[in-house]
Amino acid sequence: MTDSVVVTGLGVAAPNGLGARDYWNAALAGKSGIGPLTRFDASGYPAKLAGEIAGFTAEEHLPSRLLPQTDRVTRLSLVAADWALADAGVVPAQLPEYGMGVITASSAGGFEFSQGELKSLWSRGGQYVSAYQSFAWFYAVNTGQISIRNGMKGPSGVVVSDQAGGLDAVAHARRQIRKGTALVVAGAVDALLCSWGWVGLHTGGRLSTVDEPTHAYLPFDDRACGHVPGEGGALLILESADSARARGAAVYGEIAGYAATFDGPEPGLRRAVELALADADLAPADVDVVFADAAGEPELDSVEAYALTTVFGAYGVPVTAPKTMTGRLYAGAASLDLATAFLALKDGLIPPTVHVEPADRHGLDLVVSQPRAARLRTALILARGHGGFNSAMVVRS
Amino acid sequence: MSRTTFTLDDLKRILLEGSGVPEGADLRADILDTDFTDIGYDSLALLETASRVEREYGIELDETVLGDATTPRAFVDAVGAHLSAQPV
Repeated sequence: MTDSVVVTGLGVAAPNGLGARDYWNAALAGKSGIGPLTRFDASGYPAKLAGEIAGFTAEEHLPSRLLPQTDRVTRLSLVAADWALADAGVVPAQLPEYGMGVITASSAGGFEFSQGELKSLWSRGGQYVSAYQSFAWFYAVNTGQISIRNGMKGPSGVVVSDQAGGLDAVAHARRQIRKGTALVVAGAVDALLCSWGWVGLHTGGRLSTVDEPTHAYLPFDDRACGHVPGEGGALLILESADSARARGAAVYGEIAGYAATFDGPEPGLRRAVELALADADLAPADVDVVFADAAGEPELDSVEAYALTTVFGAYGVPVTAPKTMTGRLYAGAASLDLATAFLALKDGLIPPTVHVEPADRHGLDLVVSQPRAARLRTALILARGHGGFNSAMVVRS
Repeated sequence: MSRTTFTLDDLKRILLEGSGVPEGADLRADILDTDFTDIGYDSLALLETASRVEREYGIELDETVLGDATTPRAFVDAVGAHLSAQPV
């Protein structure tokens, strides 16, 4: 099929691993990146845990020209994009510049950068605000900087739909490839673990205030009490199958189906699953594993479990939530789940959902504690964004 | 105390502080008459640089400086002209 869109490269920055290989090893080992916040003094806030990325030194990866003009989220995005391109064996300078696009999702932009500039504005005056604030805060900044760094002038953009954005960006990239763009860098990295961002996250009302890292984020568990926020995500290299074949690229798999719905009187998640399967021309029985949205909030967990048991039957398909090891990464989360799904297909291993004792009433075959070996060909990834966004994506090896 | 001289070294220091070094650029080379864009600094880098010069030297640069001073020599000269025009 000529309009098939495939993934040829993965770039991962996660709280439990930097780079796809480190992250995947950590995920299989059940290694969690959740711990007490260290970026600032969080003792005065209700929530005190986060999935922080440790050991990322931007100076080791990026030219100094980029540092004064970038927030942490953009630095992580630029490096994840570099890794994804290297993984795909793509040297952008050797490809037509209008044949490469960049489509990312974002839920906050460059929060920490803005916090610093606003502090300058209030304490010292407008002339102390950096000229780079004009774009460093902006939702589209990661797309822009990746595009400039790699000379990618094809169709580009940003989508903002909270965690659903991690799938929506990839879906939009698939559309652009079907319209003729050879390659798109797609996905999302989010990072807003500064004190200003922390205040904002609290307004959502869904943060866990439990102080013990192994008890704070327990989706589908009777003890579920909200989520732990994290930073990071993944960027993927999407190409038309023809283009990937022409340059002899190794392929992780195909973006086989996608759908997005919005909650109305009824939650829209189940419909998103059914429409994504229809788009992929697959039946529920064809799905080998589900990567859950895993809100960790009792009502939302029930909605997701109900959607899955309605489509697949009770205990009808293995379900996992490796984000229990990273916290919820907002726009970055679903892109990371997508990257994780491709790694799972490649190795025939479902990574575990850690620390969770699934409640029987949900009827889910949740993969807990240890990775599970399985013959994997097709995976379904779910993501919900705050305010009613639902997205579902089907990928196939 | 505001300072009264502005040299190429001052410009390099402020460029470095505010905008970093462009990939592949060598600020130790003779860049006096090289266009900023050829060194790797765009208009925003010059805006940031001008803003830092204004703060540090207590002057206000005309907006035309940014448009007209396309090389380090022209920029240094323009700032020097502002400094010498300052009341002592």
